[in-house]
Formats: sequence, structure tokens, C-alpha cells
Amino acid sequence: MDREGALRAAGEWDARYARGGALPALAGLPVAVKDIICTAGMPTTCGSRILAGWVPPYDATVVSRLKDAGAVIVGKTNLDEFAMGSSTENSGFGPTRNPWDPERVPGGSSGGSAAAVAAGMTPLALGTDTGGSIRQPAGFTSIVGMKPTYGRVSRYGLVAFASSLDQVGPMARTVADAALLLQVIAGRDPKDSTSVDVPVEDYPGTLPRGVRGLRIGIVREAFGQGLQGDVGEAVRAAAAHLGSLGAALTEVSLPSIPYALPTYYLLATSEASANLARYDGVQYGLRVPTDDLFTMYTRTRRQGFGSEVKRRIMLGTYALSAGYYEGFFLKAQRVRTLIRREFLQALDAVDLVLMPVSPTVPFRLGEKVDDPLQMYLADIYTIPVNLAGLPGISVPCGFSSGLPIGLQLIGKPFDEATVLRAAYAYEQDTDWHTRRPPVVGQSRSQAVAEVHKRDHATTPPRRAPKRGAQTRQRSSRKSKKARTRK
Amino acid sequence: MSTPAIATSYETVIGLEIHVQLLTASKMFCACPVTFGAPPNTLICPVCLGLPGSLPVLNRKAVDLGLRTAVALGCTAQPTSQFHRKNYYYPDLPKNYQITQYRYKVHPPLAIDGSLEIPREDNLVPGGTGRRIGVRRVHLEEDTGRLVHAEQHGRIRYSLIDFNRSGVPLMEIVTEPELRSPQEARTFLARLRAVLQAIEVSTGKMEEGSLRCDANVSLRRPGAELGIRTEVKNMNSLRSVERALAYEVERQRAVLDRGQPVEQETRHWDERRGITFSSRTKEEAQDYRYFPEPDLVPIAVAPQWVAQVRASLPELPEAKRRRYVATYGLPEYDAELLTSSAAMARFFEETVRLFPHPKAACNWLVGDITAYLNVAGKEIDELPVTPAHLAELLQLVERGAISGRTAKEIVAEMLAQGRRPEVIVGERGLAQISDEEALARIVDEVLAEHTGPVSEYRAGKTQALTFLVGQVMKKTRGRANPEMANRLLKEKLKS
Repeated sequence: MDREGALRAAGEWDARYARGGALPALAGLPVAVKDIICTAGMPTTCGSRILAGWVPPYDATVVSRLKDAGAVIVGKTNLDEFAMGSSTENSGFGPTRNPWDPERVPGGSSGGSAAAVAAGMTPLALGTDTGGSIRQPAGFTSIVGMKPTYGRVSRYGLVAFASSLDQVGPMARTVADAALLLQVIAGRDPKDSTSVDVPVEDYPGTLPRGVRGLRIGIVREAFGQGLQGDVGEAVRAAAAHLGSLGAALTEVSLPSIPYALPTYYLLATSEASANLARYDGVQYGLRVPTDDLFTMYTRTRRQGFGSEVKRRIMLGTYALSAGYYEGFFLKAQRVRTLIRREFLQALDAVDLVLMPVSPTVPFRLGEKVDDPLQMYLADIYTIPVNLAGLPGISVPCGFSSGLPIGLQLIGKPFDEATVLRAAYAYEQDTDWHTRRPPVVGQSRSQAVAEVHKRDHATTPPRRAPKRGAQTRQRSSRKSKKARTRK
Repeated sequence: MSTPAIATSYETVIGLEIHVQLLTASKMFCACPVTFGAPPNTLICPVCLGLPGSLPVLNRKAVDLGLRTAVALGCTAQPTSQFHRKNYYYPDLPKNYQITQYRYKVHPPLAIDGSLEIPREDNLVPGGTGRRIGVRRVHLEEDTGRLVHAEQHGRIRYSLIDFNRSGVPLMEIVTEPELRSPQEARTFLARLRAVLQAIEVSTGKMEEGSLRCDANVSLRRPGAELGIRTEVKNMNSLRSVERALAYEVERQRAVLDRGQPVEQETRHWDERRGITFSSRTKEEAQDYRYFPEPDLVPIAVAPQWVAQVRASLPELPEAKRRRYVATYGLPEYDAELLTSSAAMARFFEETVRLFPHPKAACNWLVGDITAYLNVAGKEIDELPVTPAHLAELLQLVERGAISGRTAKEIVAEMLAQGRRPEVIVGERGLAQISDEEALARIVDEVLAEHTGPVSEYRAGKTQALTFLVGQVMKKTRGRANPEMANRLLKEKLKS
């Protein structure tokens, strides 16, 4: 939280508003920023002890664009360390909880941004998505989250996890808000050689065009083993709903999808092993002082990094090592090309591809922390989209026992407009996005007390308390208030 | 150093890896200026400090300079080439990986397969053809920072890092292992430096580190497979390259003659002690885990770009050398010297333009002036002297205003202070006495004072004339026009 800075900036916008005249797109709107995006003068930790206290001397391009558009940066949000995780439990500063059920994870790695938006702490937030880190937490918290096409949004100032996969994207309560935020951050940046000079469309303006005539392909391979039954049903129902709105539904096949997970864990970790080499105690961040250089390196990194980060650095180092490069890294790159080609072929025949966001609803804290493979499976539907570099969105499409389910729509390269338009049409014809989690409306002390009670109970409650109609009503009142504010 | 009998039993094989600092205004991947001697850590930004979140953006000028070199060396520029990350930990490398280009075949560097001619050994015959040394590749990479060690009692207490050099554009040029002697290596390097200066790619100053050379050296029986090589580093001048390699060749020869294997290792040249010493064996060699740099897009070089570069190149030293021999009639050796430095060649041509006597200009430049530069350790363009000064000096000699000897006396002052020769001559009263009346008076004095030699001469001992000329010179402090003095003496002795 940057209480003073945010209040000062908000005050300035209030004054400008009072003077009248034109205001930029996000004038005075609070935006939370995932703590892996550099903010000048504000600590940026990447959720890692190794960067505790580091204050970047510069703003990421997305942050300066937000500021130019009038946004008020209210603070930085928690994440899995260096965005490596699917539950925000891997943070060096403690986990984030899911506002829908504090016993459960908010997803990750942008779990902090997702929870903040879902809980009504901020209407807008930035997340980053390397293998699903925007879409999966958005799905887990019943908000809207979009990963733009690779190259659509500048990565300058986004602390790299896997450079060829990372993208910054919007997280918001509604598709319209997400479109507005994307509009501000999208576009070529001369400071990022991988950002692409493709014109940015008027995303909010194209939203109301509907889905009539749009061809939507349902991915056959995404509804098989491992998918929780009612999640699959909710996603199929959402597809049917889009059909009822005029979209032409077909089935498409992406046979290489099963290879996406191993491919991702070779490529992302390889890049990470180099990207994270700079945290060595020399220039900034944690240093464990010793007499010789080598020991300083190893002690600093041993203390500074959490176990998931270490696991991935080791995996990536191994995949790039002499004798393994061809068999692992190079082969994974070829599979990546294959996956991208399959997606592009499918998108020749259809305008959008449809899949679940996650195979399950939010799981319990601690449920998967000791089983990395199970944790990795949480991203099987989102990872292929990063490998293919395509734009994908998560939009709320139902609940299973009170826990959110997300619908994923994937578009052609740089065709964010169509993705947003379809998501908007679906959202406007359903009311999932109007529901609010039970914590909304609680005072901070209530919420803290509740969490405290749970944490210290001898036997944790087997089930989250039932959400009553009363809670929902209260939260929807709150959300109406939030909507009128915009 | 070596006895000819042993020398014939091994063939020396040398390949060079040359790092060249490119003459760009800004760094390879950021806008920080490239200037030397700035206070530590003043030319830095998030990118060249490798701060989290920063991204590299390629300097187009660096690619352009790389292409100039590629074209000048007859390399094939690759239509697309890629950057790679070379992973290793060192405090002067802020990201702990260096952005460079890889030698891997599927990821070609900027340019490959060129060559540069060197003269055949002991074969500097006019118009003679040389030997072409293959250039395997030309690639681009970023330089590292610099460590400054605080020492006390010979131990390093702590180290400081200056990141001003971090990210400075470097070009690496790798030759085939085709050099056959330390002298050849030196000649190759001198010619390469001349090319780099001529095409304005680098200052090429080894002493300042803008040109750095590592060498791979091995010996083999003629016709046999390549022997095990050592890599020699830390050679900071042309002379030290030749010395270090000569030492290393002898060292390897001695090892082989003892029937032992040469160890594959990196060896440092110690200039002071005149030896190489082992600094790292290849067993500890690191796995650099190269992989394509995902933060940069491939470099695309269209044929038009190469054509543009080709059209913009000035005359190369090789062509210049041929032209000096063919049109000025200069000896091959002199032409080589004049073209070994772009500054020298420019100075020569400008002097000749002002005073069209190429041989005279050449003699001064390769003689007294080169000797002066060698002692001063400078290039001619670092001195205040201009071609106009030299042309004036040549003119003064030509029209007999000063003697050759006087010219030699004032050349140092002209070079060091950039003053006009005519002014120096006037100030010091060094003008040659070509006034017949004045000189005749002095001749009369000499004849009167040395009656002995005069009668000797008249008696037929003509050598006595040399003595008398010497006396005239002595009286005039060398300013007498020697031809006139000679003539006057003879005339007066006859009468």
C-alpha cells in the first residue's frame, strides 16, 4: 500500500476534476500493480526475500502509461515468488487467500491482484501471465483477467521470469474495465524489442458488437481426463450460451496440447535460470556477506530464494547444459512451434477457441505445495496459450459449491478486440460477474479476526461456511456502488 | 631462440580471437554514451546495470560497423543472425550472462568466411602476392564492467566495480588457425588494425584496450593432425603478441621434445617477466549454456544494407599499398609502413597533395618521423603537426633554403609543437647560406687559415678538399650550401 502517495495523487485528480475540462482515461482510478512490475520509488520485491527492500529507480513502461492516463497506483500486490506458482503460496512474504473462501488459494501467480479486485479493494489491477498467471487467478476469484498477445504490451520494467512467455495484462471486475485498462497499456514500446507495432484498436468501443456470426471452436482435447465434472459442465454451458447469442460453435482439435506442460517447464525454466542469475548479492537485494565471492553467491541465493524458485533454476540449468541442450531445450522449442502452428491452423477455421481456464475450482491452501506436479497441472489449459503467444481471457462462468469457475476464450494474434467482444457479450447476458465474495463488506478487523480464528482452530473447518443470500445481496449493493463510480 | 634443426620438426599453428571496441556514440543495448576516462559509474542506466526488469535494445550503428568490417574482410553477411546468452558468474557481468553471438552452425553470427592477406614470410617483393588468412567469423557482443581491486600488503581487501564499460559494443573477429609464426600473427594483427582504422570501425589501440587479442597456439609435425592448443591472453601490444607467442611456441616445443603432452589450458602473458603462465585448465572449463536471447529479435540484414555498406567503404589498406607501389613507385616495405596506420596514410597523401614529391615525403615519414612516433608511443594524428608543415619542410630542403641536416635538426620541434619549419629556421638562424658573396668570404677565410691542406690539395692530394669543406661547415655551423661551398673551394684552389 502506498497510502500517502495514492491519496496525494487522488487529491490532485479530484482538484483537476473540480476545475472541469477533459480528463485522461483512468483519471483518479485506483490500480493495484503486481509486485513484479517496477515502480519508481516504491519497493518491488517479486515476492522474493532476495529482493526485499529493493526500490527500482525507474517505472515500468506499463506503469508510466498508467500514470499518464491518470491512474492512481494504490499499491503492489502479492504473488508467487518471481511469478513461479499457481496459488500465491510461494510468496516469500506469506500466502494470499481467496476472498470467496479464505481457506482456499486465489490462484497464482497474480493471486494478490486477483484477490484485491475480487474483494473490492481496487477496481483495476495489473497482473502478469507466463503460463496462466493472470487467467487462472481471475478464474479462481470470479473476475476478468486477460493475457494479451505476446508483444502487445511492453515488458520493459516487468521483472523477467521467462522472457519469451511473459506478458502484462489487465485484471478487473468486468470485461469493459479490462478493455479500458488494456487500451492504456497496449502498444509498441521502443524500450522492448519484442513489443510489436500493430495498431491498438478501440477495445471499449468495439465491445458492444456482439457475437453473431463469430465462429467459436471448442477444444476437444480440453474436456478429457483431469477436468472436474462440474467445471467442464459450466464451461460447456457457457459455450452453448454463446451459441444462443448467435455464435457458430464447432469443435477443434489441438492434438499437441498434452505436450504443452513438459514443453513449458523446459523452456520457462531455462530462461528463468539465466534471468534469475543476476540475484547474486553483488549489486542489489539480499547479500549474505562472507569472505569469498563464491560462498557469497551460494549463501545469498540459498537464503534468498524459496524452494520452487530453486527447483526451477535447477531444472532450467539442467535443460541448457552441454549434452542435454538438444534433447531438452531444442526439442521443447520445436514442440512449441508445433503447438503454435496447431493453434494458428485452428484459428484459420474459427475466430475464437474456447477452453476451461483451470481443470478445478480453487484448491485448499497447502493442498498441493508438496506436490509440484499436481500444482503444475493447474495450468494445463492456460500454458498452451502462452506457448502459442496468443491472447486469452478468463471470464466468470459459474460456481461449484460457491467456488468460481472461469471460461477461457483465445483469439488470433493481436486480435484482442474479438476476444474481449465475445467475453463481453457472454458477461452481459449472465450475472456471474455481479456476485461478490463474502468478505466484501466486512470490515478489515472482522476479516482479520475470521482468518485468525481459522488459522488457530485446532481442527480447521472441513468446509467453508455457506454463503447466504444475505451476503450476496450485501456484496451486490457494494458492486453497484463501484459501478456507478466509474 | 630456436635452433634451425628443431624448428623444422614442428609446424606452428596460431589462430587469433580479436576483440574490437566499436566506435559508436552509445552502448550496445542502451543509450548510455561510450566515452573513456569518465568518473566511475557515471555512464550507466538500468539496462547496462542489468537491473531487474530492464531490456536490451540493439544499437543499429554497432551492426553497421560490424557489417563494414565483414565487407572489408570479404565475409558473407548472414541474412539473419541471432544473439545468445552466455551464462557465467562474475561480478563485472551484471546479469551474470553476456549477450553475444554463438558459434553454433544453426545460429550463425553476423558474418562468416572472410580473409585478410598477409605477405609471405621474407617475401616483400614489389607486386608479390601474399597469403590469405581465413577469417572464420565476425560477431557482436557486449563488454563487461571493470573490477578495481583495493590491495593491501599484496592481498585484495575488497573490489569495486565500474560499470561504465558494461555494455560497450564489442566485435569479435576469429581467424582460422592458419598463421604459421609469431611474426605472421603480428603482421596479421597490424594489417587488421589498419583495416579497422581505415573503415573507421575502431581506434584499434591495443594499449588502451580498444583492440584486444587472444591467441590459440599449438605445434604439430608437418601434415599431422592439429596438436593440443593453449590459449594465450593478456597481450597488450603488437610487440607483446609476437613476444608472447614466441615464448609459448618455445615452451610447447620444449614440452613436446621431452615427450610430454601439451596441456590444454589458458595461459597469461606476463610482459615484465617475459613468460606465459597457466591461469586456468580446460578441465575446469565452464559450460556456458548458450541459448537464444529471448529479449532481442533476430538481426535481419537485407542485401541492400550490405550494398550500401560496400559503397560507403573507403579505399582499404591493401589497395592503398598496391597503389603507392604502382603509382608513386614506393618500395613495398615503405608502402606497408605508410598504410599500416590510417592516420599515417592520410598524412602522407595530404602531404603529397601539397608537395608532389611522394618519395621525399615517404622517406621522412617512414624514417625520422616514424622513429619519433615509436619513441613517443603515439600516432601521427595525436601530434600537433600537420601535412602542411611537412610539405613546407620538404620545400625548404628542395629549394636549398636549409640543408638536409638542418631539416633533421628541426623535425622533432615541428612534430612536437606543430610549428612551421620556416618560423623555426628563422628564429634559430638556421637558413642555409646560399648567398655566393657571403659564402665566398668564408671560403677565403678557411683557405687563409689552413695553408697546409691547401698546398696538399694543389700537390694532388684531392682528399684535402673534404677537410676544407668540413671547415666551411664548421664556420657556418652547418648552414653552408654544401654544393656551393664545394664549387667555390675548387674554383679558388685552382686559381
